[in-house]
Amino acid sequence: MTSLNTRPNIDGPDDFYAELLALHEGLSKAESDALNARLILILANHIGDRDVLREAMQAAARAGEKPASNG
Amino acid sequence: MTKIFETPLYPYRRSADQDARTPVRHPVVVIGAGPVGMAAAIDLARHDVPVVILDDNDKVSYGSRAICFAKRPLEILDRLGCGEPMVRKGVTWNTGKVFFGDEETYRFNLLPESGHKRPAFINLQQYHFEAYMVQRIRELQEEGRPIEIRGRNAVSALAEHDDHVRLEIDTPEGPYNIEAEWLIACDGAGSSTRRMLGLDFVGKVFEDNFLIADVIMEADFPPERWFWFDPPFNRGQSALLHKQPDNLWRIDFQIGWNIDREEELKEENIRRRLHAMLGEDAKFELEWTSIYTFQCRRMESFRKGRVLFAGDAAHQVSPFGARGANSGLQDTDNLAWKLRLVMEGKAPESLLDSYSSERIHGADENILNSTRSTEFITPKSEISRIFRDAVLDLAREHEFARPLVNSGRLSVPCTYDGSPLNGPDCPELPRRTRPGSPAPDAPIANGWLLDRLGDRFQLLVFAVNAPERLEDGGIEVETIRLDPDASPELRERYLGEADGAVYLMRPDQHVAARWRHFDEAAVIAALRKATGRE
Repeated sequence: MTSLNTRPNIDGPDDFYAELLALHEGLSKAESDALNARLILILANHIGDRDVLREAMQAAARAGEKPASNG
Repeated sequence: MTKIFETPLYPYRRSADQDARTPVRHPVVVIGAGPVGMAAAIDLARHDVPVVILDDNDKVSYGSRAICFAKRPLEILDRLGCGEPMVRKGVTWNTGKVFFGDEETYRFNLLPESGHKRPAFINLQQYHFEAYMVQRIRELQEEGRPIEIRGRNAVSALAEHDDHVRLEIDTPEGPYNIEAEWLIACDGAGSSTRRMLGLDFVGKVFEDNFLIADVIMEADFPPERWFWFDPPFNRGQSALLHKQPDNLWRIDFQIGWNIDREEELKEENIRRRLHAMLGEDAKFELEWTSIYTFQCRRMESFRKGRVLFAGDAAHQVSPFGARGANSGLQDTDNLAWKLRLVMEGKAPESLLDSYSSERIHGADENILNSTRSTEFITPKSEISRIFRDAVLDLAREHEFARPLVNSGRLSVPCTYDGSPLNGPDCPELPRRTRPGSPAPDAPIANGWLLDRLGDRFQLLVFAVNAPERLEDGGIEVETIRLDPDASPELRERYLGEADGAVYLMRPDQHVAARWRHFDEAAVIAALRKATGRE
């Protein structure tokens, strides 16, 4: 079984990041949201493996959780 | 012209029971003469189990209502002897089109699998469907079968006893009482039987309304299912067009939650909607209009003592995917043979609990599927609408997104995986015919496999030795020998790579158990398991 690759895997990370932001340039919030949704679906289909997709969803959810604090 | 659904088909007639000194006891009483109640009664009466159907009305369904009947229910109707006229009358369709906004996004073909007697679906108005069933009941009566249908007999009270249920019935000539050893409640989503017994019916309410218009028109649209997301004539909502026999077209408009029902149902307003969709010049006649809302819910158990619930009375789903009447017919298919064995004393009453557990398995699958369709069709949050629209935008160009489009996953029968009635499996054999599965049809010498199956336990024997018949505890098993090469579909569906096989089939054409070789002791043990006798 393959598992989610969370090690650096993108060649030219700064270029990729700039491309991702450029894609959204000039778009309204609604247009950006729609674009993101389409992009997620395209990438998810490319990955295909349900276990990897589930791991990715969990990783994304976890990273958004607030860290536990004592006060 | 008076329409079929305005003519009393089983008008009230005084029954001798109304003049009896003490309440007459009947072996089986069915409440509700809809598709499900009539199917239950026909199934039992064909085997000479006396059955009385009570209905508070005397006509078939008002308006087309359920219109889409799937292959498995058609196979069940064939067993009951009324599939043929329905398929002849019905509209067979294979192509679906999906529109998003102004454009056609894609079209699909149901690509019917070869080697089945019946098509994947037919469209047929519920009133025609019910009229054919009433006709079948009349035929059975002429053959002397013990079946009776009493119109305008409304059950007003029930009392449960150890060995029977007592019913109080209102008629145009006043009330009377009868007793039923077994009561089958097929009185719909608003089941008064369920209410009188104080049973819960909980689930999820969907906050949406749908307007149905049945339109008679000469139109050159092909017999296809057209589904619109966010069309120009119904912005932000959905719509459906489906052909029925007799130039009748079913049109559904999603119209949202906060509406003025009375206003929406005014003919001029419905006509305005239809002209926006069909064009200003379209000429049509309205046959029936209605607004519906829906819920997805089911009972905790489909059996309460001597009362058995079937169809919408037991479970309710959204209409997307045609799982209402279709699953109700599968309920009675499951119930009739079990009830018969229990009544004949050949199986313990506990066999009826497997009716509940197996059909709850089916109902949960239907509720899951129809809930998912509903979420797609009527997204309830901003993000779910964003993803829904993203899928539809991608589907136009990208094949991968099309399986994600969900305008209703059309009804397929469930496999009773994990049922307590299932016997041993043989993993070498094809997965689709594992224990619990409905037998897939296939061509055999001089006909179709399913025309040979049902109504009794049977042993399907493919290229191995087995006796002509078996018997255990008064239950007979008929042997049917089949040539594995009668058709490629038969081999593929029942043998795969294996040279031979033995299948024990239930009276409802479901697989009970299967083996590579015949072993009498194993078959008898599986028969006992399938009849709740172990």
